[in-house]
Amino acid sequence: MTILQSLAYLALFLVLPPLLPGVVNRVKSRLAGRQGPPLWQLYADLARLARKGAVYSRTTTWVFRAGPVVGLAAVASAGLLMAFGGAPAALSFAGDFILFAYLLALARFATVLAALDTGSSFEGMGAAREVTFASLAEPALFLCLITLARATGSISLSGMLGPALPLAWSRAAPALLLAAIALFVVALAENARIPVDDPNTHLELTMIHEVMVLDHSGPDLALILYGASLKLFLFGALFVRLVLGFSVQGLAGLGVFLAGVVAFAALIGVVESIMARLRLVRVPQLLVGASVLSAFGLVLLLR
Amino acid sequence: MRMSAWTEMVFILVVVLDFFLLASSRLKAVIRAAAAQGALLAVMPLLLAWHTTELGHVLALSIGALVVKGIVIPRLLLWAIREASIRREVEPIVGFIPSLILGGVGVALAFAFSSAMPLPTPEQHAFIVPTALSTVWTGLLLVVSRRKAVSQVIGFLVLENGVFVFGLLLSDFMPAMVEAGVLLDLFAAVFVMGIVMFHINREFSSLDTEKLSVLKD
Repeated sequence: MTILQSLAYLALFLVLPPLLPGVVNRVKSRLAGRQGPPLWQLYADLARLARKGAVYSRTTTWVFRAGPVVGLAAVASAGLLMAFGGAPAALSFAGDFILFAYLLALARFATVLAALDTGSSFEGMGAAREVTFASLAEPALFLCLITLARATGSISLSGMLGPALPLAWSRAAPALLLAAIALFVVALAENARIPVDDPNTHLELTMIHEVMVLDHSGPDLALILYGASLKLFLFGALFVRLVLGFSVQGLAGLGVFLAGVVAFAALIGVVESIMARLRLVRVPQLLVGASVLSAFGLVLLLR
Repeated sequence: MRMSAWTEMVFILVVVLDFFLLASSRLKAVIRAAAAQGALLAVMPLLLAWHTTELGHVLALSIGALVVKGIVIPRLLLWAIREASIRREVEPIVGFIPSLILGGVGVALAFAFSSAMPLPTPEQHAFIVPTALSTVWTGLLLVVSRRKAVSQVIGFLVLENGVFVFGLLLSDFMPAMVEAGVLLDLFAAVFVMGIVMFHINREFSSLDTEKLSVLKD
């Protein structure tokens, strides 16, 4: 039963993510009084890109071609470690949250290498920014996960997000709340959403993530877009499980989880609608703030 | 949720507001945060001492804090920055990120070591002392690390907030007169600083206190 459940969640993990950017865009359009693109826009985009051919610059090497593939593979394998909706993960061992964080980091590394491989100074700038902000988001993510580990007394993602979580909420609600807020900020930063990066602009001075993938085309771009949506889904799953930390079994649990992930996407849409992008010099402040908040949560648990 | 969890939440919100005060450069937002902290302080005596017999005393303490810290002083400061037409703290002496990290370290130390402090009275809540120490530390950081006079006044206000939290330890013993005196003091100090700020602004058309150090007679 549990294996079936895990497999079902994994299948959902591979199929549903392109819906999330659709939800975000729909919420943004509605709040701005527009109709907005259809929810399945990204599926259509992916299908279109997959049929196209790719153009490679003559200065690029195999690193550039490997970038999107490694990126997608790393994010998809991170999904194996994730305990979706509190169901046990497909793969679980003590300390797997470190592998989880570094698989996401590996995906970023592959994208950054591919961007640097083009030899374009513009993409190099985007890569530098991406890595700078990622290095600040990483401590925050780890502090959140350590807070979670400390609160639940388990050091694997399945244990942290599993049946021990409701008990942890009743014992250490403030610390987990602080960790959840910090995690949301990290999710916004990692997925290049608005207070940190604007997914819509192609304005040279402000681009971070978008600029790195400018040279990718066709199937490669499809892999990158799909990988980005998988990553958004992963962070959504982590955040939703942390916030809705009660135990629900079976189909009801699945429903709650999916509703939660859609609500997470809608929340991002609302944040993007009511906030402006921060100036680049202010972004580290936001990320350090998230680290300090989660460190405070950890201190509350340790005393 | 049980009663003590709510109390805990209020204490933690006060500390989170400390972080916000250290990180934000927008003076309006900082003043609002200080006001929110003042209002939270007003809730504290009620949460901590809702079962005591001296409800009148506790109520007076609470309403006094709400009116002075949550409404009057913030309004005064908002008026001051409108008059001086300044909106943000630019280039503080200690940057926003370092001061945020310093604040975080101070809070961590306060929470880690406060239980080792010998106290004359039994604690009503384990978070009183660490919250008080963190808030005093934040106020101190704000006072010494900001250039604008308004920010320094806010720092003083936050410092006093910390002292108020510490005073909750003794709220059973402290006569209402003493508390009223402290609030009056605070109000007078902020009032005087408001006038001083106004004069600094008229003289230099800026609120940068660095300029005061080049004064010669």
